[in-house]
Amino acid sequence: MRVPIIVFDHVRKSYPLYHHITGGTKNLLIHLPKALSAIRNSRYEALRDVSFEIKKGEVFGIIGKNGAGKSTILGLIAGVLKPTEGRVIVKGKVVALLELGAGFHPELTGKENIMLNGIILGLTKAEVLRKLDEIIEFSGLEEFIDQPIRVYSTGMLARLGFSVVAHLDPAILLIDEILAVGDLEFQKKCIEKMTSFKKKGVTIIFVSHSMPDVKRICDRVAWIDNHTIKMIGSTGAVVFKYTQK
Amino acid sequence: MNSRIRHYIDLITILTQKEMKVRYKSTFFGYVWSIAHPLAFALVFFMAFKVVMRIKMEGYAVFLIAGLFPWQWLSNSVNAAPMAFLLNASLIKKVSLPRNILPLATVLQDMIHFLLSIPVIVFFLFIFHKSPTLSWLYGIPLLLIIQLLMTYGLSLTIASINLFVRDLERLTGIFMTLLFYFTPIIYPETMIPEKYKSLVLFLNPLSSLMVSWRNLFLIGTLEFSLVAASFAYSLFALMLGYAVYTRLSWRFAEVL
Repeated sequence: MRVPIIVFDHVRKSYPLYHHITGGTKNLLIHLPKALSAIRNSRYEALRDVSFEIKKGEVFGIIGKNGAGKSTILGLIAGVLKPTEGRVIVKGKVVALLELGAGFHPELTGKENIMLNGIILGLTKAEVLRKLDEIIEFSGLEEFIDQPIRVYSTGMLARLGFSVVAHLDPAILLIDEILAVGDLEFQKKCIEKMTSFKKKGVTIIFVSHSMPDVKRICDRVAWIDNHTIKMIGSTGAVVFKYTQK
Repeated sequence: MNSRIRHYIDLITILTQKEMKVRYKSTFFGYVWSIAHPLAFALVFFMAFKVVMRIKMEGYAVFLIAGLFPWQWLSNSVNAAPMAFLLNASLIKKVSLPRNILPLATVLQDMIHFLLSIPVIVFFLFIFHKSPTLSWLYGIPLLLIIQLLMTYGLSLTIASINLFVRDLERLTGIFMTLLFYFTPIIYPETMIPEKYKSLVLFLNPLSSLMVSWRNLFLIGTLEFSLVAASFAYSLFALMLGYAVYTRLSWRFAEVL
């Protein structure tokens, strides 16, 4: 029996609707009583009664429509959001693969951006320096590594980002829809790297709309619909149900 | 060293370095721009008050420069503060990093620019037959720390609140302009009417610090009451910033 590394225990997450405040003073003052009660009462429910466990070394897929609550789950695992009710337990260092270009600066070179991104994602400077050559080699961007990344193509940015994350030694890796960009060769490299992560016992949470990718790497899948879990189980069964509806 | 502290230091260093590099990438004159701005201001006030209004004062030019350079640091940082978290939305939403270092990097970057502009102040001192004094050796570090705490505290407060009430970024600009004229920078504190003198000097949290800088640069002295007042205000600003930040930071990812 493997130990669970992530536990969601009856998690509910709701946000106050901040646009009542951000709508501006004029609005706020004109509709003051209404606005105040609205601030108090209107909450947006992003997740309700979500419970699941993810075991160490598992590749866990999360699928579902846009706005169903997938990213909220990732936010809770990464520790940037707090649950409104229930408990979220996460054991180990979490690393998130950021969306394209986040944590990068367009004016800095590829190499400078590797340093920046690596440190932002939790490495010390010495650790990044030690892995620098390996990261550059993995990215396959040797020729461009001293150029500012504003000249990079979308695919090249994705390569750079994944290459940094691939060398972070996380216990838990969060991947939110990323493999779509990048050429076939690099996609293959990413899948290989994820398989090797899996062998090393890294837990991977994989959010995607690409069912072939999900089928290829995930052990289990949760289908999030209407802010709660609609179905959870083996990849084949859940993906089958999901594509049928 | 504890690896968390090590990482914290590396994070501050790399973010500050990033801001330094980014600030003048692709510009031809680089460093010149960071001193051009306060110098242009000095020229404007010199024209207005010395040439046109004929203020009776020796060495008004160096007087202006000694006050405007430290102010420039504070005002650059504070005016940039509303965007400190907003511009890093994607990081805040995905990575659990100590977010309070994001405004700190901006403040440190402006501090370094201020330090680099001190030779310009020295240059003007020489023109006016003055020179740096030994008291700079302890005076500069002391005031530097006070201003760092003050600027960081204000920045952290503004950056945090601005995520929830976006009006603050407009207010900050207006407020800083007002505060500038209520601070003895373009006029000496001795010219303030007696009635308002203690009001301007001690109720304005920035006056005591700015006057201290100028006295240090021009005559090499520090007045205890002014340094003490500025230190008290800087501690207050820091505590305010920290309190606001800790109360709000767990909701940052929700509003962005």
